[in-house]
Amino acid sequence: MPTDTVSPPGRGGRSPDHYVAPIEDTPLQAVDSVKVDAKVSSLWADAWRAMRARPLFWFSSVMILFIAFVGIFPQLFTNELPNDNCLLANSNGGPTAGHPMGFTKQGCDVFARVIYGAQASLTVGVVATVVVVLIGVVLGAVAGFYGGFSDGLISRATDIFFAIPFVLGAIVLLSVFQGPSNAIIVALILSLFGWPQTARITRGAVLEARGADYVTASIALGVTRFKVLLKHVLPNAIAPVIVVATVSLGIFIVAEATLSYLGVGLPPSVMSWGNDIAQAQVSIRTAPMTLFYPAAALSLTVLSFLMLGDVVRDALDPKERAR
Amino acid sequence: MLWFIGRRLLQMIPVFFGATFLIYFMVFALPGDPILALFGEKTPSPAVVEQLRAQYHLDQPFIVQYLLYLKSLVTFDLGNSFSGRPIADVMAKAFPVTLRLATLAVLFEAVAGITVGLISGLRKGKFFDSSALVVSLLLISIPTFVIGFVLQYVFAVQLGWTKATVGPQAGWSELVLPAIVLASVSFAYIIRLTRTSISENMGADYVRTASSKGLTRGRVVRVHVLRNSLIPVVTFIGADFGALMVGAIVTEGIFNIPGVGGTVFQAIKQGQGPTVVSFVAVFVIIFMVANLLVDLLYAVLDPRIRYAN
Amino acid sequence: MSIDTQANVGTASAATADQRKPMLEVRDLQVGFTTQDKGIVPAVRGVNFTLNAGETLAIVGESGSGKSTTAHAIINLLPGTGKITGGSVFFDGEEISAMNARQIEDVRGRLIGFVPQDPMSNLNPVWNIGFQVEETLRANGLADSKTDARQKAIKVLQEAGLSDAASRLKQYPHQFSGGMRQRVLIGIGLSSQPKLLIADEPTSALDVTVQKVILDHLAMLTRETGTSVLFITHDLGLAAERAEKLVVMYQGKIVESGRSKDILADPVHPYTRRLVAAAPSLASKRMQIQKVEDADATELTDALDVTMIERAEQREERAKSGRGYITVSDVSKTYTIRRGGFKADLFTAVDKVSFQIDKGTTMGIVGESGSGKSTLAKLMLKLEPLSGGAISVDGKDIDSIKGAKELLAFRRKVQPVFQDPYGTLDPMYNIANTIAEPLNTHKIGTSKQRRARVRELLDQVLMPQSTMNRYPGELSGGQRQRIAIARALALKPEILVLDEAVSALDVLVQGQVLNLLTELQQELGLTYMFITHDLAVVRLVADRVCVMQKGRIVETATTDEVFDNPKELYTQELLSAIPGAGFEFGR
Repeated sequence: MPTDTVSPPGRGGRSPDHYVAPIEDTPLQAVDSVKVDAKVSSLWADAWRAMRARPLFWFSSVMILFIAFVGIFPQLFTNELPNDNCLLANSNGGPTAGHPMGFTKQGCDVFARVIYGAQASLTVGVVATVVVVLIGVVLGAVAGFYGGFSDGLISRATDIFFAIPFVLGAIVLLSVFQGPSNAIIVALILSLFGWPQTARITRGAVLEARGADYVTASIALGVTRFKVLLKHVLPNAIAPVIVVATVSLGIFIVAEATLSYLGVGLPPSVMSWGNDIAQAQVSIRTAPMTLFYPAAALSLTVLSFLMLGDVVRDALDPKERAR
Repeated sequence: MLWFIGRRLLQMIPVFFGATFLIYFMVFALPGDPILALFGEKTPSPAVVEQLRAQYHLDQPFIVQYLLYLKSLVTFDLGNSFSGRPIADVMAKAFPVTLRLATLAVLFEAVAGITVGLISGLRKGKFFDSSALVVSLLLISIPTFVIGFVLQYVFAVQLGWTKATVGPQAGWSELVLPAIVLASVSFAYIIRLTRTSISENMGADYVRTASSKGLTRGRVVRVHVLRNSLIPVVTFIGADFGALMVGAIVTEGIFNIPGVGGTVFQAIKQGQGPTVVSFVAVFVIIFMVANLLVDLLYAVLDPRIRYAN
Repeated sequence: MSIDTQANVGTASAATADQRKPMLEVRDLQVGFTTQDKGIVPAVRGVNFTLNAGETLAIVGESGSGKSTTAHAIINLLPGTGKITGGSVFFDGEEISAMNARQIEDVRGRLIGFVPQDPMSNLNPVWNIGFQVEETLRANGLADSKTDARQKAIKVLQEAGLSDAASRLKQYPHQFSGGMRQRVLIGIGLSSQPKLLIADEPTSALDVTVQKVILDHLAMLTRETGTSVLFITHDLGLAAERAEKLVVMYQGKIVESGRSKDILADPVHPYTRRLVAAAPSLASKRMQIQKVEDADATELTDALDVTMIERAEQREERAKSGRGYITVSDVSKTYTIRRGGFKADLFTAVDKVSFQIDKGTTMGIVGESGSGKSTLAKLMLKLEPLSGGAISVDGKDIDSIKGAKELLAFRRKVQPVFQDPYGTLDPMYNIANTIAEPLNTHKIGTSKQRRARVRELLDQVLMPQSTMNRYPGELSGGQRQRIAIARALALKPEILVLDEAVSALDVLVQGQVLNLLTELQQELGLTYMFITHDLAVVRLVADRVCVMQKGRIVETATTDEVFDNPKELYTQELLSAIPGAGFEFGR
């Protein structure tokens, strides 16, 4: 289309440096038209799409599912029983047929112990994380949303518990703990000192979401404060909590191993990777593989959670999403 | 600034009382005989029980017990260890060793961590960055004691570059390997933190403006990117003291270092509850002071906090 | 600027001598951003223009038009994955687009100064102001010692309009107001007396009166030194007023360019025409012309303005029946602000404010930041308690509303629309649930009826019904504001409190939403409290105007009175600061 046809009739005589682009170069689009053909994308759908595209996501989640399955049904993976049939004659023995990872100092099958050890580690990780998220989210949300006196009280309590590094706190409590210890108890004790981080993160996220216009709009609609917290503020504040929860699940597993290694965690009668590593250290020079296998299982599990945490963070991080 | 310091000190008071009370409560107010509990499976001699009852004033009302305990904490009157030596003496002897170890560890994690993190952040998505990320994830997911065993086995036993256990003098050179083990997890966190911080700041408006002023890329990175990115890193290093102390228990145990951590390690292993509890209480106080110092450091580094009301 | 008097004289005389010498030539410039899934997405698609020595040229466009990208590409500071994919840039005869990193570093700052958009984020928060100016001077070889740099930095800042520069050198950016920071950035940009200054929306984040002062100052400085200026802006009025040449960009291309007067008087490309028609600052000008000279004005005025004027007349008719529908009398709001120590200051955000709004009309509340206008909105919505005075709606004192039931009834009557289109909708809720929330809260209708009402509301705000299942993240700013309006209308309110409801929108979208608002008012007989910082917009929609300053009302009058015969000095200042106000529509 020649330029002239778009100039209004009866005008002309434009200055020579007045340039007008041919219309077909930049066809005029309707102002602010709605894309009707694009895929629906909520935050979660977008995050899912972003995660799905990453091999790391599949690797870590398949690993986690597999380990969880092993933890729940160890008997499906080995016919050996981890504690029975231990023959001292096999002490620190190398791999033989049916015993691919050899034997421990006590002559127990390493493979079976690695398989059966998954349960304790996972239980500690999952229970501690669930409890930490429950306590942290409730306290953090109340402090951040209602502010004032409740905020002051909760924030000081958070500071107090935060002042005790959670492994140190667990060492004290576990060293005076009387009665039989098990994975649940270790998990609860870890979460007793682990919740402040989640509470702080939730509080920060809630404070941020609370100031959004959609919150004010809902209050102006007559929605009660509690419902606003539940329906608008929390869903928008939960993303960073999910990320931290995923990562701390792995950290709790490491903490349990450290406590067991120190001798205050799970009692030796409970089968766990931490206990096995601690027991294998005495024979590290003669049979390093008895230490390697449980350590590798533990690290791989933790690594899976850390990687999943990274993937989830990238997917939920608005800054990453904007790119 | 003065007001800021004053307010932080004021805020620390309830935290100090709260945290010490919490520890005391856990040990002495939970159901069961606290003295017996401190010894776990073992049964202490009646003389020891008597001495501990006196030391912890168990015949007094609970709140008085706590206040007297607090007094003994701040006056370092921490009672005697199993062997009959005053715990304060044990601590005085062990602290310099741990201080040396911690200094080496912090030096290592800061220098190496920031260097690797800086390169990673500037080359986000490149090969170096991906490898650094993998290494950092591995370091976090392998428990410190496993890293300790492995490094001890490889460098001391196999290669013979250093001694497997540290002597009673615990000189600087003997502590290099333990310090690396102790720093390993924090090293990994510092890589990740520096990397994120650097790559975030690289996209900041003021960095583009700095380039538009005609500064060289080197100066932009040094003065505008690195300086701003290091604020969270430096505060992390300070706040990481807690992890460092836990790490010291494990690391000093592995290398048989006669430091504070090693003492706690031995005490846990031998079921010496009173020693463990006393030491952990001191750790918590150190951790609180470290956090306070970090907050002040933050204010020094970030003028927005220094001059805020 | 007279740091170096000799150089100064040199550039100035050179500028006058080679008035037509091209200073900056952009030839077929193309810029693309690499994305993960779509490959290279072009942002600038073949841009050509020439800026002569001593001239000012403005690039005008909406967000996403590629105007800022063009500016950044010239000095090779494209963000993230941006890359020049074709074309070339010549500066003073040299091809700077072919320079390596070191060479371009030498050009930046020394020969081409840059003033960025947002004063809040463009100064490094951890270095003091003095340091940031001094390092510029030293990097460009203008100071050889520390004391020298300090002396010159003070001079630079004083010339940029910071009279107390010497005493503020040690202060940090957060201790400066937005306007002051922008002065610092202008000082930095001009510190080396560059031949070219690129100013990327240098005043968009500032109040209009501050904007005017700063732009006047900038113009004076660059005129003195004969510096060429490349000015990037979204505001056509501002561009026309400040630059002799205009380049209009749309979708990464230039659609029209030439002398500003020619383009404003005779916009040819349909896109430019749209822009000219929608620019509120120019629109108010047009209305005045229309009054004087009907024949000439018909060509300049489009249908929008005619209908708006007609509607205003109809509203005036209707208002007679509902005088004083909303009565605000002596309303105050004070906040306690904690200072360091145990001191606390009382801050009066709203100070004894009184006015009335007639039923079915629009009251424009105009003020700059800190004027208390948004606090007034919160009080009107009963989101915060009054500190003094009374507000009555339809004869009922809102302070006397007690209990959940009465409050809900009040909420049904008065609804808000907020400024930030990105914060106004919960990103987790899809559009249907967002609009249905008020219906659910007030338990109106069955779920089927609610869905039908949602469809009806979407029709009312001219959004396709298919948006129901979409999420806010998929909509543009203007579309989100429409949804926010639909949500506000769901309860069939009588009053809408519009708090800067169109301020964050591009001008064309803004025009659309304003049009929608006036149509809805017509149709539903709504009463609007229209809060804005933009006097030009008020002219388009308001029947009466309150001008607020520092919590007080300085002037209340009908819109025409305020525009034609402003009584108060502050109102006059505001009016003369409207960008484009100084532009003459003569040919």
